Amino acid sequence: MKLREVKEILDAEVIIGEDKLDLEVKTAFGADLMSDVLAFAKAGSLLLTGLTNDQVIRTADILDIAAIIMVRGKRPASEAIVLAKGLKIPILTTKYILFETAGRLYAKGIVGCLEKVDNASGRN
Amino acid sequence: MVVWKKLITPVDATDKTPYQRSFYVEGGNFTYAGIVSTSIKSILKQMGLPADVVRKAAIVSYESEINIVSYAKKGVIKLTVDSQTIQIEAIDEGPGIPNIDLAMQEGYSTADQKIREMGFGAGMGLCNIKNYSDTFNISSEIGKGAFLKMIIDRH
Amino acid sequence: MNIETIIKELNLKLRSATGDLKKNISGGYTGDLLSDVMANSHEGDIWITRQVHQNIVAVASLKDHAGIILINSCEPAKDTLERAAQENIPIMVSDLSAFELSGKVYDLLAKKD
Ligand SMILES: Nc1ncnc2c1ncn2[C@@H]1O[C@H](COP(=O)(O)OP(=O)(O)OP(=O)(O)O)[C@@H](O)[C@H]1O
Ligand SMILES: [Mg+2]
Repeated sequence: MKLREVKEILDAEVIIGEDKLDLEVKTAFGADLMSDVLAFAKAGSLLLTGLTNDQVIRTADILDIAAIIMVRGKRPASEAIVLAKGLKIPILTTKYILFETAGRLYAKGIVGCLEKVDNASGRN
Repeated sequence: MVVWKKLITPVDATDKTPYQRSFYVEGGNFTYAGIVSTSIKSILKQMGLPADVVRKAAIVSYESEINIVSYAKKGVIKLTVDSQTIQIEAIDEGPGIPNIDLAMQEGYSTADQKIREMGFGAGMGLCNIKNYSDTFNISSEIGKGAFLKMIIDRH
Repeated sequence: MNIETIIKELNLKLRSATGDLKKNISGGYTGDLLSDVMANSHEGDIWITRQVHQNIVAVASLKDHAGIILINSCEPAKDTLERAAQENIPIMVSDLSAFELSGKVYDLLAKKD
């Protein structure tokens, strides 16, 4: 699905990356703990999180995350926006909580990703 | 202010010459936390190393950088790239790690509220470092600091 | 939708069965920052998290959550289980990621309500 559809499904506002809405995304990872993201999130995934600080943006950059979806109406501070612009990481904000954000995307076919856990491939 | 210290001027990353560069990390300063790892990632990318190798190096560097910022006074991250491996050393001055076995346990963390609110403090960082390194060494002297060495094979 | 049904539907492993398994689940909340969950989750929510330490029980109990599901095969710490027994909070474990589990629970809640 294109980032543009993600935006529609989540009724989201694009904070950075209007020009990247044609990006294809298939997987998502939801977490508030950065080491969890670093352990498991696949490159090219959406990162759904309640955090908005610089570290989320750095983590997304380190992992080549396709876009950050900030949940519960959260917006990054202006320094974080500057950082994300520099690193070219799209940021969307949705008013839904993480639970509902995941629910809506999952219903439309986005799948989870667990890079390293062995039983990940056995999921249905 | 971040001080960028170049111990060795970057030489071209040919197969024979090891590339070496050191970066200063300031303890307690979260504004710039991660900037070193972002640089290391882009250096490795420019060298044309495979994406999964760059990713592993960036992750281990980032977790150690965050640990220096979170727990130490200051530190240095040293990147060495030779024909076979990427080596990342994280050397800090700080309290050190009193019980390394305990610190290596997933879930063990002494992170304070401030660190937790930033999304750190899951007690997974050292495990991530170990899992993403092909060779991992950690040592510490109480009251002096911690020393981590991670080696990632290029192939 | 109650805890018993969700365990069956999603193949969860029940680790602390002391709570009321017939208790109705009215919503879901996914999050790993305790202060966020404290502030924004609701009574009757099923809480999805990867935090395993005993403070999760305190939060779930204060907020009257229906129960806690730990994701990604994370096992609760020993004192977490002890505390869960005291506070009557059911704790379950899933091998799915937070995203996928939230997706499935959301789907179930939408169907059955
Ligand atoms: N450089 C260091 N100096 C002193 N103590 C350290 C250092 N690195 C780690 N520790 C100690 O080891 C513990 C575990 O570290 P680890 O990186 O695994 O988890 P964390 O930093 O607590 O959380 P996470 O990395 O998941 O965000 C830390 O909480 C801290 O007590
Ligand atoms: Mg850490």
